[in-house]
Amino acid sequence: MKTYPITIMINGRKEQLDVSSNLTLLHMIREKLALTGTKNGCEAGECGACTVLLNGEPVNSCMVLAVECDGAEIMTIEGLTESGEIKELQESFIKLNAIQCGFCTPGMLITAYAFLKRNPNPTEAEIKTALVGNLCRCTGYERIVQAVQDAAHE
Amino acid sequence: MEKTKKIPEIIGTDVPRVDLEEKANGEAIFTDDIQFGNKLLFARIKRSPNPHALIKSIDTRQAENLPGVKAVVTGADFAGRIGLYLKDRHIFARNRVRYVGEAVAGVAAISEEVAEKAVDLIRVEYELLPPIFLPQDAIKPDAPLIHPDLGEYEVVNFIFPEPGTNISNHFKIRKGDMGKAWQHCAAIVENEYYVPHIQHVPLETHVSVAKVDLTGKITLWTSSQSPFAQRDLIADTWGISPSDIRVISPFVGGGFGSKAGVTMEALPIVIAMKVKGYPVKLRLTREEEFYTNFVRQALLIRLKVGCDADGNILAMENTMYWDGGASTEYGVNIARAGGYSCTGPYDIPNVNADSYCVYTNNTIGGPYRGFGMSELHTGIEQCIDELAEEIHMDKVAFRQRNLVESGDILATGMVMHPTGIKDCVDKVAGAIEWGKPDIPSDPHKKRGKGIAAMWKAPAMPPNPGSSVTLKFNSDGTVFVSIGGQEIGQGAFTVAAQIAAAGLGIPVEWVRISKPLDTDNSSYEWQTVASRITWTMGNAILAAAEDARKQIFKIVAEAWMEDEKDLEIVNGVVVSAASKREISLKEFVITGIPKENDQGWIGGPIIGRGMFMPTYVTGLDKDTGQGERAVVHYTTGAQGFIVEVDTQTGKIEIIKAVSAFDVGKAINPDLVRTQIEGGMMQGISSALFEQLIFKEGVLQNPNFVDYRIATTVDIPEQMECFIVEVPQNDGPFGARGVGEHPMVPTIASIANAIYDAVGVRLKGPPFTAEKIYLAMKDQRQTGS
Repeated sequence: MKTYPITIMINGRKEQLDVSSNLTLLHMIREKLALTGTKNGCEAGECGACTVLLNGEPVNSCMVLAVECDGAEIMTIEGLTESGEIKELQESFIKLNAIQCGFCTPGMLITAYAFLKRNPNPTEAEIKTALVGNLCRCTGYERIVQAVQDAAHE
Repeated sequence: MEKTKKIPEIIGTDVPRVDLEEKANGEAIFTDDIQFGNKLLFARIKRSPNPHALIKSIDTRQAENLPGVKAVVTGADFAGRIGLYLKDRHIFARNRVRYVGEAVAGVAAISEEVAEKAVDLIRVEYELLPPIFLPQDAIKPDAPLIHPDLGEYEVVNFIFPEPGTNISNHFKIRKGDMGKAWQHCAAIVENEYYVPHIQHVPLETHVSVAKVDLTGKITLWTSSQSPFAQRDLIADTWGISPSDIRVISPFVGGGFGSKAGVTMEALPIVIAMKVKGYPVKLRLTREEEFYTNFVRQALLIRLKVGCDADGNILAMENTMYWDGGASTEYGVNIARAGGYSCTGPYDIPNVNADSYCVYTNNTIGGPYRGFGMSELHTGIEQCIDELAEEIHMDKVAFRQRNLVESGDILATGMVMHPTGIKDCVDKVAGAIEWGKPDIPSDPHKKRGKGIAAMWKAPAMPPNPGSSVTLKFNSDGTVFVSIGGQEIGQGAFTVAAQIAAAGLGIPVEWVRISKPLDTDNSSYEWQTVASRITWTMGNAILAAAEDARKQIFKIVAEAWMEDEKDLEIVNGVVVSAASKREISLKEFVITGIPKENDQGWIGGPIIGRGMFMPTYVTGLDKDTGQGERAVVHYTTGAQGFIVEVDTQTGKIEIIKAVSAFDVGKAINPDLVRTQIEGGMMQGISSALFEQLIFKEGVLQNPNFVDYRIATTVDIPEQMECFIVEVPQNDGPFGARGVGEHPMVPTIASIANAIYDAVGVRLKGPPFTAEKIYLAMKDQRQTGS
């Protein structure tokens, strides 16, 4: 399959890659860049486990093609952890036991992070609506909503 | 022995979880995250499109010739049968397929894409056989046999297949005199309920990587609740030593039962046998996860329950048909569990129960959080409500009169241990203000309240063992080697707390050895049945005691004191006699020097401990009677307030309350998170979930058509109560609670819907459409 050269900023660093036309952003992140904090839950844009920031906006990385990302800025859980930007949220999730198996956690944190940037003082209902696309089978969500509220009030 | 009786402070404390930091920063390693380098091959599976057919031929030549393909396998490559309780399953189908999605052939290639292409090139010719999709059809005398060889399968001695039929287990209870009992009943209720198939939906789909060395040694990296059971089952099926297969299991992205036993893990092993030296990865797609692996089996349950004029339940007849699917290797024991727990948490003197595990051409049923108890209680707890109404008694008072208590003779003949179930029911009744009408938010809406009680015992062989080793480091920190898995429930944290308590050291000094690795971890049967806190906890305490003995012996010798005067407090050995102190850091590896440079006392400390229940007895094949059917029952109750829109049938959960008797909460907040998460999974199964099959083909294998609960479905109000009536053989009195919170949920919501609008549905999911139509029917019939 034909490959295309792309240049991206990933977690604050410039990378040049050759990607095939059908490679998804998810597979590029996990396999080409070995950034395994981004999780593959359904590859159909339905569970939110693969959420990353693309030019500052949360996207299901399984629904984006790598070739579309030429020139784009991408942040994954690794980059957000390293920069410390997501620290309050991470601390709130830990403090409130809003994590069980942890598989949905990176995607959940990134969706919540992007949401709090847009809406720093949300109501409980707004938080619930914002996270509706991120599935979690373990926690029952209550702690997650509380953790986002807690981080917003920090 | 006053010092051992006192419960250490670390027990019952909300210690922060030991696994969350790495999970929050994306560093936690799950199986799919392990890096294997360029040698890694990718497997895809050719699956049966037919629910029941004979395989006439398989042509793999084109697939084999595709560039990039390294191996193609079919059922011809491996003849063995596998199964936990009943060996009824080939790894790749041989001669016959029995469900849509069954593995027929497998490919390993240099990429998933090439493997997928190769799978498409495999040609399989089938001769169709008549399929059976309902257990009530499968048990008919003239039904075609799905497993004609059932009589030849290897089976454990507590499962009773009926060869020549589609019944793979028939568990019976015959207790008391039914004929006489019915005569004394003032009220009798008979009803039938149906609980459909649902899926576990772990966010991480199943993934396994298998490598077979040229020497024949197998290594399996896998997302697993049961590395040791998998090792032993695979070794048995292959006829090799368990020491020649190594199962390595890092963090698990949700299990809920689906990652217990052996399911898809054996597929890449068969493939890897053909490409020795290469790791072969198989990761199920979300679609495959929905129907090619375990699902929760459906249940058709028929109940007849009667009570006397005072409201004492006198008799129960319970017939359960479990839709086991195409293989019931694990599911047979769900039918058994349904059988011995068939009364629900009630004291019923006369019981007649038949629990059938039945083969059908549906997808394979397996363990699912609750192990049959959600399905069973969906029937029982609605029937109990109906019977209370029939005898004109308050539903809570009726339950309180009949709930099990210490000393009751259960349906199997076992004597009930102390339990806090009555307290649980009182607590939820109080929290939903039972008996007090609630005001709806709108005139066309109606509110109702419902309660359901529950019990569940760990369902397992009589003798599942646990073992633990504790290995000290020179700074006093200690590695705890366990075989219990962290599947999200907090097992590693509870293990650390129990180890700290048992040794007398700060919890911060405890490290859990991971990943689980059967070559290096200590044996544990499986992380299932809500058994880990209890059984592994006991093994940790035994190992801690073993280490303490060694420590006290060394110190006593060095100080020339009596071992009985020594204790470990916060990592320091102290003497009650001499008031001397020495930190563990100073000697747990190096020992203690004798005076005047005259040599050393002691050396590296390793504690070892084990636990296994030795008291569980067999049950009679014809009556189900025996002295001790199970290790114990965890009990509890839930109460719901719901609001139903009479114009649309839409239901909203206003309040959800849980109370469970966990014996002793080692970490109360982790108990609460299990209750919240389990109850939400229960709510999801009550309101939304059902695998919809059409001629054996799943119609909704994705999250759009198979909806699970999301953030917007959180009940308006939630409350949790922890009740603590100690378990006599639990660590500090603890019992498990992992599965129980979703057991009473469906029934409790069903009872609340009935209370609100007077309709009873045959089973979940309680969708707006079903409720609306039932209300319409009710208006038309005027009942």
